[in-house]
Amino acid sequence: MTKPSSELISSQQPSLHKAYLPVSPIDEVGVRERVARLNRRSIKKDSKKEALKLALSMIDLTTLEGKDSTGKVIQLCRKAARPHAGMASLPHVAAVCVYPSMVSTARKQLEGTGIFTASVATSFPAGMVSLKQKLDDTRYAIEQGAEEIDMVISRGEFLKGNYSYVYDEIASIREVCQEVHLKVILETGELGTLEHVRKASDLAIRAGADFIKTSTGKIAPAATQPATLVMLEAIRDHYLATGHKVGMKPAGGIRKAKQALQYLVLLRETLGAGWVTPEYFRFGASSLANDLLMQILKQETGVYQSADYFSID
Amino acid sequence: MADRVDVLKTYKTYVGGAFPRSESGRTYKVYGKNDQLLANACRCSRKDIRDAVEASRAAFSGWKSLSAHHRGQILYRISEMLEGRKEQFVEELIKSGISKKQSRMEVDAAIDRFIYFAGWTDKYAQIYGSINPVASDHFNFSYPEPIGILAVIPPETSRLIGPVSMIAPAIAGGNTLVMLASQTHPLAAITLGEVLHVSDLPAGVVNILSGYRDELIPVLTSHMDVNAIWNSVEKQEVMKQIDENAALNIKRVVHTEQDDWLDPRHENPYSIVQFQEIKTTWHPSGY
Repeated sequence: MTKPSSELISSQQPSLHKAYLPVSPIDEVGVRERVARLNRRSIKKDSKKEALKLALSMIDLTTLEGKDSTGKVIQLCRKAARPHAGMASLPHVAAVCVYPSMVSTARKQLEGTGIFTASVATSFPAGMVSLKQKLDDTRYAIEQGAEEIDMVISRGEFLKGNYSYVYDEIASIREVCQEVHLKVILETGELGTLEHVRKASDLAIRAGADFIKTSTGKIAPAATQPATLVMLEAIRDHYLATGHKVGMKPAGGIRKAKQALQYLVLLRETLGAGWVTPEYFRFGASSLANDLLMQILKQETGVYQSADYFSID
Repeated sequence: MADRVDVLKTYKTYVGGAFPRSESGRTYKVYGKNDQLLANACRCSRKDIRDAVEASRAAFSGWKSLSAHHRGQILYRISEMLEGRKEQFVEELIKSGISKKQSRMEVDAAIDRFIYFAGWTDKYAQIYGSINPVASDHFNFSYPEPIGILAVIPPETSRLIGPVSMIAPAIAGGNTLVMLASQTHPLAAITLGEVLHVSDLPAGVVNILSGYRDELIPVLTSHMDVNAIWNSVEKQEVMKQIDENAALNIKRVVHTEQDDWLDPRHENPYSIVQFQEIKTTWHPSGY
């Protein structure tokens, strides 16, 4: 790691030419080895219990299905606020993430809980519409009460090499969002290589993302640990160069508590303790919450748990 | 050229239709007649129990929704496969210290027991189900449904016929199970896993673990995703522990005390019905 020059630190303003900072080639084998090594770390007893609760507090509890209804969203919001009946001292999750048409319902339910209302926008998940429609979609979600926006990038344009299009697109959504928290979904499963993941991360960060997010959850593979590590390193390099902290959100396919703990180790080892908070790290998940609850209860009772005694969604 | 080197079998566990080693990497020595070392068996840990219960849970909905006839066909198939490997089992039992004659009887009885319960799969529901007269315009009927995941703890002394006599009725009734092989003589039960595996039995329906029983029984019987326990260890303190753990989520417990597993009295449909729940349906029938 080279020491950041003072000139870089002083320039807080994101600008396009920095989006083209040369990307050093990604050592894919090295990334996998590092992930594998960190996965072997063992977290036990009290540390495990605290880590499980921390992971729970970092969840963006998500429902993004065509069959979503008001009732489903209300149920999810109640679960977000009080994850498991009969278990005091559990944290609430960080946010509830829904489609724009469900935002007002969620916002109403979450009033006073300290849980944020997040909405996907920009024609999630494919994003195959005009920029104008994407901006309108974002404005609509914000009007409905969204406090956080999860946008998708145009992967087609990115893969064509049309980076300035992608940059401008993110920047214009950023403009619409103003103070609203913006998460940029790279959809790493469609980007193909880790080099692309790194490049897209750099683009998104420099175009003004508050968070970068791996996936929509609609494409396999969704979040993977190698892609997450590369994105975390992009965040780290940006921080060292500018002093500006960007958040990270792996999403999709993280269903087990064990995986969540592995992601937390990656985070802690790459970015340090300053990022180990819901303010800078989120899990986009739905079924993960139940597995975390089951593991927390296992730690407390010493007995393996059954899904029969937890809520279905 | 020297004599050929023997190829010895690695005895592993049978979980989710595969033969993994214990997650812990631990093994323990299994001895036969005259304290001759027979093999290293897996000394399973609580995480192996967790994995096995997960595998049975995953297999349960598929297994219980197979038609009764189809389940029967698979049980017949197990008998056929066992018949083909008769000599291997006889040899394994002899090595474990049983007389030749007794070993033959035990293997024959094991084959017949699968046949016996194969016949019951599509018959017990008619006999233990009922149409109930009710004082309203309803067609009211009851029938048995499998209870779910079984923890099966065969007797420590029985190598093959005990495990078989407990597995056959449990799966005939549509349940899935995790079984602990005998601690001192686990080899025949582990080999049984290989027979089940080639008999079209779906992965995860039967899971077989070996290891120290005092480590495994508490974890298996307290697991909240286990629905019932079939135990035939007659030690008072073990039975007490099982009863207490079952109370955590009201698991059904059956302690089977007879130890003469060759006795034909173990061939009865009650072994199936004891792990069934009776479901009653009220169907409106006015016109």
